[in-house]
Amino acid sequence: MAKITYITHNNKKHTFEVQNGLTVMEGAVQNDIPGIDADCGGGMACATCHVYVKEDWFNKIPKKEDGEDDMLDMAFEPKTNSRLSCQIIVSDELDGLEVNIPSKQA
Amino acid sequence: MKNTDALIIGAGPTGLFTAHQLKLIGLDCEIVDNLDKIGGQCIELYPDKPIYDIPAVPECTGEQLTNNLLNQLKPFDIKFHLSERVEEVKKEEKNWLVKTSGGNSFLTPNVIIAGGVGSFEPRKFSPKECEKFENKSLFYSVKDKNIFKGKTVSIFGGGDSALDWAIELSKESKVNLIHRRDEFRGAQATVDKMHELKDADKINLFTKYQMANAHGEQVLENIEIKHDNNEIKNLKTDYVLGFFGLIMQLGPIANWGLNLNKKTIEVDTEKFETNQKGIYAVGDICTYPGKLKLILSGFHEGALAARACFKLARPDEKYRFEFTTTSKSLLKRLGKKE
Repeated sequence: MAKITYITHNNKKHTFEVQNGLTVMEGAVQNDIPGIDADCGGGMACATCHVYVKEDWFNKIPKKEDGEDDMLDMAFEPKTNSRLSCQIIVSDELDGLEVNIPSKQA
Repeated sequence: MKNTDALIIGAGPTGLFTAHQLKLIGLDCEIVDNLDKIGGQCIELYPDKPIYDIPAVPECTGEQLTNNLLNQLKPFDIKFHLSERVEEVKKEEKNWLVKTSGGNSFLTPNVIIAGGVGSFEPRKFSPKECEKFENKSLFYSVKDKNIFKGKTVSIFGGGDSALDWAIELSKESKVNLIHRRDEFRGAQATVDKMHELKDADKINLFTKYQMANAHGEQVLENIEIKHDNNEIKNLKTDYVLGFFGLIMQLGPIANWGLNLNKKTIEVDTEKFETNQKGIYAVGDICTYPGKLKLILSGFHEGALAARACFKLARPDEKYRFEFTTTSKSLLKRLGKKE
C-alpha cells in the first residue's frame, strides 16, 4: 500500500491509499480523479493518463521504458518531469508520491 | 436518403462483427466511421501490437485481426462510409434519421453505436491563441499542399507525419521543424533525411521547444516557441502545422439523449439497448454491471444487439435461431452450396 496524492489543476489535493501492484493510473481511475481518462486502458497508447511527477520523486520511481517518451510527445504540454501514470506501478516505496495532473486533461 | 435495417457507427472489430451478425440473420446494414480506414483503435492505436486474448486466436496483431474480420465479411455486401462522423441522430416516427458530416443521411429503425471511446480527433496546440487561426493558417492535417508554396511553414511534432511533411514541404517552402525533445520517433531513414536537409539549411530545426503563443491581426504573423529552459524565440511564419496524433472524443454522441456514465453509454444486457428504443451500444463504449473492455465482449454484445434489431426491422417476421453448421438459409447467405 502507498498513499498517493493526485493534485488536480485547481490545486486540489486528493490522497488515496493505492494497493501495491496497481498503477498510479488505476488508483486515479478507481477514485474518479478528473483528468486521468486512460482511454486505452493502460496500454501506453493514448497519453490521456499523463501526469507531472514532483522532481524529488521523478528520480526515485522506475525509469521510463521504450515507447513512453514517444507517447509523451502526444500528451498535453509535456515537460521534463512528465510520465504516463499507467506505467508507474505502486509499491511500498512509492508511499507519499505526489503527481500533478495537467490543466487541459481535466 | 438511404434506407437500411441497421446503421453501425464505428468500423472497429466490434462494429465489423456486428455487421457480420446482422447480415447473417438477413438484415442489411451500413457502417460509418470517422477514421479514413477500417479497424478502429486496433488500427489507429496498435496495428503492430500482438493481442493474445481473442478466443481460438492464440496471437494476432490489430492489423491481422481487422483483416480477418474483413475476410469474414467477404460473403456480404456492406457499404462503408469512411472519414465521416455521425453528427445527428433524430427520431422520425418509428425510425431514426441519422446525418453525417459527409452529407449522407440514413433512415433506419436501428442504430448501433460501436464507437470505441468516441471518435478520433487531432490533438491540438495548448495556447488558446492558436484557436483563432485554426483552419486558416494553422492546421492539423494537410489537405492542399500547394498553399504552402513559397511560404514559411512551422511544423510541430516528432513522428512520421511531422517529419514527412517537413521533408516534402522543404522543396518549395521555408520550413521550421519544432519538437519538444532531441529524439524523433519517426522511421530512421526519415529522421536521417531530415538531418541531411537541416545540414543543407533546407530545414530549420528547433528541438526542446514547444508552442507558446501565436500572434497576428487577421492572418497569422508570428509564433512564440518556448525552450525547456524557458527561453522564448519568436518565429515569423505564414502557416503552422501540428502533428500530435489523435485523441478520442465522445463528440456529438453526448447530444443524443442517451444515459451516459463518464465517457460510456449505459445499456441493458439483453439487447444492449440504450435508454432510447432502437439505439444500441456495443464494445468499449457501452457500460453495464460487470462490463469488461475486451474485444471478445464486443463480439457477444454485437451478436445480441443484432438479434434485437431483427424485431424492429422485420416486425412481421419471427426470428429463428439457427447454426451456421446446419442451416440452409444461413449457408446460402454465406455463399456456401446447400
